[in-house]
Amino acid sequence: MMKTGATEKAVYFSMRAVTYLIVLVIAYIIFDIVWNGMRVINWDFLTGYPRRSGAEGGIFPAIVGTFYLVLGTIALALPLGIASAIYLSEYAGQGRFTRAIRLAIITLAGVPSIVFGLFGLGLFVIFFGFGSSILAGSLTLACLILPIVIVSSEEALRSVPASLREGSLALGATKWKTIYKNVLPYSMSGMLTGAILGIGRAAGETAPILLTVAAFFLPRLPRSVFDQVMALPYHLYVLATQHPEVAKVRPMQYGTALVLLILVLGVNIGAIILRNHFRKKYRW
Amino acid sequence: MWKEKAVRVILLGAGSTSILIVILIFFFLGREAFPFFLAPGISELLGTRWIPVSFQRESFGILPLISGSVLVTVLATLIAIPFGVCGAVYISEVALDAERETFKPFIELLTGIPSVVIGFFGLVVLAPLVKEVFALQTGLTALTGSLLLALMAIPTIISISEDSLRSVPKSYKEASLALGASKLQTIWKVTVPSALPGIITAVMLGMGRVIGETMAVMMVTGNAAVITASPFDSARTMTATIAAEMGEVPFGSVHYRALFCVGLVLLLTTFGINIVAQRVLKKYRM
Repeated sequence: MMKTGATEKAVYFSMRAVTYLIVLVIAYIIFDIVWNGMRVINWDFLTGYPRRSGAEGGIFPAIVGTFYLVLGTIALALPLGIASAIYLSEYAGQGRFTRAIRLAIITLAGVPSIVFGLFGLGLFVIFFGFGSSILAGSLTLACLILPIVIVSSEEALRSVPASLREGSLALGATKWKTIYKNVLPYSMSGMLTGAILGIGRAAGETAPILLTVAAFFLPRLPRSVFDQVMALPYHLYVLATQHPEVAKVRPMQYGTALVLLILVLGVNIGAIILRNHFRKKYRW
Repeated sequence: MWKEKAVRVILLGAGSTSILIVILIFFFLGREAFPFFLAPGISELLGTRWIPVSFQRESFGILPLISGSVLVTVLATLIAIPFGVCGAVYISEVALDAERETFKPFIELLTGIPSVVIGFFGLVVLAPLVKEVFALQTGLTALTGSLLLALMAIPTIISISEDSLRSVPKSYKEASLALGASKLQTIWKVTVPSALPGIITAVMLGMGRVIGETMAVMMVTGNAAVITASPFDSARTMTATIAAEMGEVPFGSVHYRALFCVGLVLLLTTFGINIVAQRVLKKYRM
């Protein structure tokens, strides 16, 4: 009996050690970026233009570029994703077609981001002739985050109890009116969470924009949706691997990494807080 | 009533876009890759040398790229499984409430960190560490990439495995404990085997993420297109090849087509893994 107890304790201890190790490594990554990036970030860094291929100056065009890309992506993916989720949750049956849609969503979620890049290059950049542009990049990223938006929106719609729909229908409202007045308002918050998660994903992706939008070094702001832009993740990649003086520009790399990390993690944490808040607000 | 019908049609159209996008992805990758099958031919792809730019003779054998992807993926999976499963079992079965409530969201936070940031960390912190520990000439090796990818796969594995461990009915555990088994025996002989399909799915989805990962792996594996089984050699994956070379190829060239062929192989691989993972999940859904 004594022996079993000792083994049990040893096993638990090593499992705990493994878990703590994982947590510590994640914490260290965040700490390393924050600690080294903090010293670089100041007002000039955030609002200045890069000089000497990014070795000096700021990252303002990259911030603006990422902002435009994310804006374009959400403007495209959100209406489409929400409409798709409404169809799946409120209209679709159990048939073959619905199963095909679900399979397509799962497939999309698993397609590697670089393949989305190739697809965007083939379809939007070359076939549609948009060239390397904000439009092509946003369309590509919209395809990439579509599954995230659909899945979380559908979850939000399904969490609205059937009685709310039945009550409205029993009073003579049509199906669309019921959805519009009695289902959508209560699932808005959940959909917002999905949108925010999509924003986080779109802001951090590098591989798709590498092939469809990103400019190596372009110290000016875009003039139209057919312009190339710089973007934070690509800027970090270029500074860290392609720059002639890689070690010298390390502070700039850390600064860019921190801005990107704050943006993406901030967005994700915001989504979690929002979800918890609304889960408490509507308890059926 | 026409309004109701119009709404229905619009929503149906939106619902179908996912199918449309999947078809378009396959079609456009195939369209750009197809001429390669006619001109240099498929046999060219099966070669063992990837020399896309050369004064004498270019060669587009994708075997070194496949072997690079396989090496990095297998290593990463081997590293990630024990950590991921241990972490999931600990969080689900052993952890204190406070640990459970903070650890899972915290670990899931890692999935939100952009891969280029992880790659940057790997380049600046992990690669010098690997170089020092194993006394190598360079820290940019297959092993470095695998460690980084394992780190990226672990949150996926923990998150899904933990869900499936938690969905094992309490009565199973109670029956085992009532028969006199210790808590540890119950975990390894009852809970984990019952949740195994979920854990396998988790590992497969983690693997899918690893194969498709581009930026992190491109930044730390050194990118030499050689066939090797040594984790201390440099390796070049399929994803990194596309990302690194696509920017410099002339549109419509053989090299351009070859990169689309690599993309097609990548797409079919991840598609296959996903389908199998979904089958497993569906068949054993508890």
